[in-house]
Amino acid sequence: MTTLDSRVPEGPLAEKWSKRLHDMKLVAPNNKRKRKVIVVGTGLAGASAAASLGELGYQVDAFCITDSPRRAHSIAAQGGINAAKNYPNDGDSVWRLFYDTIKGGDFRSREANVHRLAEVSTAIIDQAVAQGVPFAREYGGELANRSFGGAQVSRTFYARGQTGQQLLLGAYQALMRQVDNKTVTMFPRREMLDLVVIDGKARGIITRNLVTGELERHQADAVVLCTGGYGRVYFLSTNAFNSNGTAAWRCYKRGAHFANPCYVQIHPTCIPQSGDYQSKLTLMSESLRNDGRVWVPKEKADVKKPANEIPEERRDYYLERKYPSFGNLVPRDVASRNAKYVCDEGRGVGATGRAVYLDFRDAIKNQGRDTIADKYGNLFHMYEKITGENPYEVPMRIYPAVHYTMGGLWVDYELMSTIPGLFVAGEANFSDHGANRLGASALMQGLADGYFVVPFSVGNYLAQNKVEAISTDHADFKRTEDEVTAHLQKMLDVGAKGNRTVIEIYRDLGEIMYDQVGMSRTPEGLKEAITKIKKLQNDFWTDVKIPGSGDEFNKMLEVAGRLADFLELAELMARDALHRNESCGGHFREDHQTPEGEARRDDENFCYVAAWAFKEAGEPELIKEPLEFENVELSTRSYK
Amino acid sequence: MIPLKKALNSSIGRKFVMSISGIALVLFVIVHLLGNLTLYVPDGGEAFNIYASKFELLGPFLYVIEMGLLAVIALHIIWGVTTTVRNKRARGNNYDSGVVTKGGPSNLNPASRNMIITGSILGIFLVVHLWHFRIQKMFMDATVIIDGKEHTDLYSLVAASFQNPLWVAFYVISMLFLGFHLRHGFWSAFQSLGAMKPQWSKGIYAVGLAIAVVLAVGFLGIPVYLYIIGG
Amino acid sequence: MHDETMNVHLKVWRQAGPESEGRFESYSAEVNPHMSFLEMLDVVNEDLIKKGEMPIEFDSDCREGICGTCGCVVNGQAHGLERGTTVCQLHMRSFRDGETIVIEPWRAEAFPVIRDLVVDRGAFDRIIAAGGYVSVNTGPKPDANAVKIGKDLSDRAFDAAACIGCGACVAACPNASASLFTGAKVTQLALMPQGAPERGRRVRAMVDQMDAEGFGNCSNIGECEAACPKEISLDNIATMKREYLRAMFTDH
Repeated sequence: MTTLDSRVPEGPLAEKWSKRLHDMKLVAPNNKRKRKVIVVGTGLAGASAAASLGELGYQVDAFCITDSPRRAHSIAAQGGINAAKNYPNDGDSVWRLFYDTIKGGDFRSREANVHRLAEVSTAIIDQAVAQGVPFAREYGGELANRSFGGAQVSRTFYARGQTGQQLLLGAYQALMRQVDNKTVTMFPRREMLDLVVIDGKARGIITRNLVTGELERHQADAVVLCTGGYGRVYFLSTNAFNSNGTAAWRCYKRGAHFANPCYVQIHPTCIPQSGDYQSKLTLMSESLRNDGRVWVPKEKADVKKPANEIPEERRDYYLERKYPSFGNLVPRDVASRNAKYVCDEGRGVGATGRAVYLDFRDAIKNQGRDTIADKYGNLFHMYEKITGENPYEVPMRIYPAVHYTMGGLWVDYELMSTIPGLFVAGEANFSDHGANRLGASALMQGLADGYFVVPFSVGNYLAQNKVEAISTDHADFKRTEDEVTAHLQKMLDVGAKGNRTVIEIYRDLGEIMYDQVGMSRTPEGLKEAITKIKKLQNDFWTDVKIPGSGDEFNKMLEVAGRLADFLELAELMARDALHRNESCGGHFREDHQTPEGEARRDDENFCYVAAWAFKEAGEPELIKEPLEFENVELSTRSYK
Repeated sequence: MIPLKKALNSSIGRKFVMSISGIALVLFVIVHLLGNLTLYVPDGGEAFNIYASKFELLGPFLYVIEMGLLAVIALHIIWGVTTTVRNKRARGNNYDSGVVTKGGPSNLNPASRNMIITGSILGIFLVVHLWHFRIQKMFMDATVIIDGKEHTDLYSLVAASFQNPLWVAFYVISMLFLGFHLRHGFWSAFQSLGAMKPQWSKGIYAVGLAIAVVLAVGFLGIPVYLYIIGG
Repeated sequence: MHDETMNVHLKVWRQAGPESEGRFESYSAEVNPHMSFLEMLDVVNEDLIKKGEMPIEFDSDCREGICGTCGCVVNGQAHGLERGTTVCQLHMRSFRDGETIVIEPWRAEAFPVIRDLVVDRGAFDRIIAAGGYVSVNTGPKPDANAVKIGKDLSDRAFDAAACIGCGACVAACPNASASLFTGAKVTQLALMPQGAPERGRRVRAMVDQMDAEGFGNCSNIGECEAACPKEISLDNIATMKREYLRAMFTDH
């Protein structure tokens, strides 16, 4: 049986990372110029990694699918970034951030990785401030902190509601500085369509120039993949239109294992879908649940009535009823799941019946309209802009939406995948969040990987692997490009004759995934989902309709390619969810719950990372990386 | 440090030239109007002729000053025209819907949109005006004795000219264009020099309007007044 | 409200490639007033694809007004008629039933059209690359609280830093000037103590690059501020001018 070596250093938890740093091999400065690294993606992880590698003197080629590296979806993160600075003196520490993250991940992440994340968290803030990131400050001039996502300490740094934007711009500017220094060459509007593996090592990529449609070959000594998550497999999500899983999936098919694909985070406070023309949902900060009360009508008969005409006694404040001590502030997954249940019962509101009310009437009555406007004015404004309804007058309607994927390509302690020379950072890897991610931790992980892990571990790899310079005329480059060409051509051939548009098939996939591989899963549902997905794969490859050709700017062709990969990834997700006979974090199985409806973990049988290996023929192979907890005790959460 | 030649050719430096020359011209025009106010004195032109004769005291320095003034005007015109050419080129194709404003903080109005047109008209006006009063004056024979001294009787030329309604109309219209030009130009000069704070912005814009109105009305009142009293 | 529909007529700029001649094409669509503007275009595109025609290409990504990817000129206004809004956040309910809507790409020599409504805004990246950063490498830094920055200053820097780089300022400016974009970054970094040591070099390099890209000059008209989805103030341009003036006479 194949085993996975996570390469976690020996020794006490708190000393592992510094020990590894001491042991790492270095590349001499004059040799760095001769070594080339490809970085795919320019979000927080990619931009910070590319900039840092460039500063060290490596030749870096950086790629992004958007027109500028500044557009990556990291930019949309609102809330903030955690760091164990303990500025408010409220008892925070590296240990506490580590423990909260491990516990928040429902004990399905690697201790050593999470501890390193907590350790470098403070350096991220120092780095960002040195770059001129305008974090929120107190009148005295010190940095402001807030408590976020139910944490008991205030460790979240923020820049109004645009923390992701400001951190990304900091990293982007560092990247552009290296472009100016000629250490980084930027390739915008390029989509990575395959990984070139030569002699078992990642040696380059094939990209499609999205403006001309040309395929291009790029060689390097190592490849760093920072291409984000795969939340768009659900079609409707809070992820950006161009976010996709293609680069990661193509690496999977070249031998990188995919870990825990079923771990998906669903965010409870999104603006519901207003019609089937929609392709993107908008998230609102979950801070809204601090004052808003969640309810639906008690009776189905009332769901179409205007909310304000439904009297108090006919309203069901179901979170307050079921979870008296936490009420509306239950964790994201609990809030999401319960919204689904009441809507499944037919008590959902709004045009589609897939929404619940988030009501500020009582908060406005008790605290006054001005106080509420101070706290949530921006969010209310955004809500009104999108829905045309004024939340001061009528309750907001919210519904859960896919927001983040904890799963991703399997990586070892140094963020290297099972393909030597292929590193994976940020949301694209599986490493730090276990089965569930805490609020304000995504930005932290992306930057930790990019600024403080990848630059060292890539160097360590390059120092130990003196690869020969390779020409892009190498047979393996040619073969890989030919395969990409054939894949595109096959799609275009079907596309010229097919009848169903890419979006129609995509929307069907989203529905299957949302209903059966979403926030509440059953073995029967998952099996059915696999069957339906297979049928949809067939529909795609026999009847999809794609306009235009491959040698021009063709957005629909891009989306089609991403959908083709999502159709395969979706199947793996369902398979992973089906095999994991337990409920943990973002993975909730209705057949594994306590009588109170709480998730029931099975630490005896499932305390492992499920890494899936691609097989040319037959089903993917499951390889387990056991998770050993030497420093924390596994506990069960309760929100009653 | 940025070399001056490079700076003055940059997009920002060009506007420094426009602003400084523009402000200098505004100052000149204010002084010019103050002097010309003597035309409103109903004394048959005596005050005006005394005022006009003062320039003769400057001797050759008058030419130095005039040349300086012309240089400033030339600078303003050359930089203005080349900047506008560059701006037109930067846009390329215009929008099918033309220029539409969203309002709000925008100062898009006929004044700001047509600086090159109002400026060009003022350029033509300047040539005519210089020929009309400055050049013709050099060849004038008419004199007048005031306090025992002989002065060129510029007033007679001015007063006679403004009996012709076409001249009156030409001056009135030109001065309306001056008002338009300053309505945007005055504020713009301060903004271009960075001599602006958000809290001053509205104030300076308002002062710009006041200056534009005062100068335009002050000047265009002269031909109208002379036409009326002369008629 | 689910059944409400409205009809709109579209006059859309179609251009096959950077070198091709462009032209307007007319389309009609029956839409839901709750759709966003880009969702309306999605629906029109679905119809075009079904009819075997090429869809209207436009850029978009986050569709929540923060990434700066989307942008087109709607009825002569960058990002459409509403202030403080990107075109992805514009909704059909702000149009009239039966209205004819003219949709054009950003027009500027420095933003060449790639296809239909898609333009190349690489010039913005090159302006940032020229100097829109603080020159610090990754590595150990002084504690984040070592330098205190007053809240007012920090807030002003943030106001400038809110720019999303969409290019609406250039699109709306009668001169296609990039002064608001450049000024916002110059201002943010000049205000912060971290950026102060290289402020002279920065403004010089960024303005040089802005000019080299072929943007126009600022005529202080203010359409940029009116069109800016983040309502970035014209004050940033005044600050840039001061920075430039200062840089003319100092060495840093």
